[in-house]
Amino acid sequence: MKKKGTKLALIFGAIPFLTMVLALPLVNRIEPVILGMPFLLFWILIWVVLTPPILFAAYLCEKKFNRPEEGGDE
Amino acid sequence: MNIALIIIFATIAISTIVGIFAGRRVKMNLENWTVAGRRFGVIIIWLLMAGEIYTTFTFLGASGWAYSKGAPAFYILIYGTLAYTLSFFILPALWRVGKRYGLHTQPDYFIKRYDSRSLGVFVALIGVFSIIPYLQLQLAGLGFIVEVASKGAIPSNTAILISFILTCAFVYTSGLRGAAWVAIIKDVMMLAAVGVVGIGVPIIYFGSPGKMFETLIAKMPEHLVFPGSTPNMNVAWVMSTILLTGLGFYMWPHVFGSAFSAKSDKVIKRNAIIMPFYQIPILLIFLVGFTAFLVIPELKNGDLAFLELVNRTYPPWFMGFVGAAGAVTAMVPSAILVLFASTLLAKNVYQSGFRPRAKEETVLRLSRIMVLLITAFALVFAIYFPNELVNLLILGYDGVCQFFPGVVLGLFWKRASKTGVFTGLVIGIAVVAFLILTGRDPFLGMNAGFVGLVLNSFFTIVISVNTKPIRLDTI
Repeated sequence: MKKKGTKLALIFGAIPFLTMVLALPLVNRIEPVILGMPFLLFWILIWVVLTPPILFAAYLCEKKFNRPEEGGDE
Repeated sequence: MNIALIIIFATIAISTIVGIFAGRRVKMNLENWTVAGRRFGVIIIWLLMAGEIYTTFTFLGASGWAYSKGAPAFYILIYGTLAYTLSFFILPALWRVGKRYGLHTQPDYFIKRYDSRSLGVFVALIGVFSIIPYLQLQLAGLGFIVEVASKGAIPSNTAILISFILTCAFVYTSGLRGAAWVAIIKDVMMLAAVGVVGIGVPIIYFGSPGKMFETLIAKMPEHLVFPGSTPNMNVAWVMSTILLTGLGFYMWPHVFGSAFSAKSDKVIKRNAIIMPFYQIPILLIFLVGFTAFLVIPELKNGDLAFLELVNRTYPPWFMGFVGAAGAVTAMVPSAILVLFASTLLAKNVYQSGFRPRAKEETVLRLSRIMVLLITAFALVFAIYFPNELVNLLILGYDGVCQFFPGVVLGLFWKRASKTGVFTGLVIGIAVVAFLILTGRDPFLGMNAGFVGLVLNSFFTIVISVNTKPIRLDTI
């Protein structure tokens, strides 16, 4: 039985995989051009930049819901 | 003597001195040498990992792919990010096991977790076999950059010989600490070079990166979506390759081992959070490749795109700076590769395989001798057979990926058994070797390594379920 914090963290951790692997067939296009970049590149870049905040959110979830001495994963 | 030459030699010399001094105040034992006594904090771990991950291949390959292939190059931006996301969940648990049992290397982990020395020896041999071509690629990249940057004043082989012997010197004396300190020089120089060129060239030639893309979209829009300017790197290829390389990333013995050098599991976790920021310079490298695509479309070798554009745009001293940055960019990963290949041979092949009672000092002494031998071996290969090992590199990457089920299931699934993991690993490696060596990669549109990994995981799980796990009070 996984702990609540770990579960939430794993959900956050799945986001980069959904957006940067599974979603690729849907975003393989040039229009709309955003910030001068073709859409495909913009999409990838935005999720690369968002990954640290996403992982930080996962970190906070583990910290909040798991008992401290157990750390993150088990 | 030209200015580029002076800058390149001065940088190599200063890096070596820093590397040697890094280990001076520490009493060297195996733990200090291989994992820096498990003392590294967030910043130094970040610099070290960036130092070993961003290699000459990133420098030349990312710009070269953007130049000659187009959008498929974006996979480089993605797989690293996914690997860091995975590392957030895997490495802290791994670190705790490493700390608890005093592990130094990847085979150490397999030996402890599955209670099998033969599995450890097998993992060590595959590790070394995968590292050697990777090392040789670094050397070739180093020679290439220095020769082009110095406009032929320093021939490739001279550059390789000098810088690699010096690298060997600081690995010998300081171990991982030496590599970490040189990594600081390397990261700063590479970031400066990439920053100046990546922001500079689109502005110089087109006014802004946006205008550069505008021109590119008007001229050749298909270059900017998959499959770019390639016949077969479509979305499916990109997806399977990202998954394989993302999973395999931390399975490289040297990246895996470096994780043990962190001070605590929290350090390694925080490091995973900030690592993706290091992907941003890759975007700048792409901008250079795309600008080169528009400005100098006639290049036969895409790997030259970055250097050739710098050559046309900037004064000679800056070319020297780029050459110097390229040289240290090869030295740091080479140092870590040599270090771990040597430790794998001394500790996990010699000690685990033949002399379990060998003393730690003996293993350290043997590791250091191995540094010299591997250096000599790689030099001979890089100078006399520069093209023989390129295919082995693909085999190496696909090979280390096969460690994934053994490592991850070992951490999180108590039932994972020695027989299951050993069988899965052997099948995975055999499938990969067969598909690649008989020219069947990609197989059914999928990366051969990925096919191996699927079969490997399947057999590992099925056999583990049907065998008795070892008694684990451990993981």
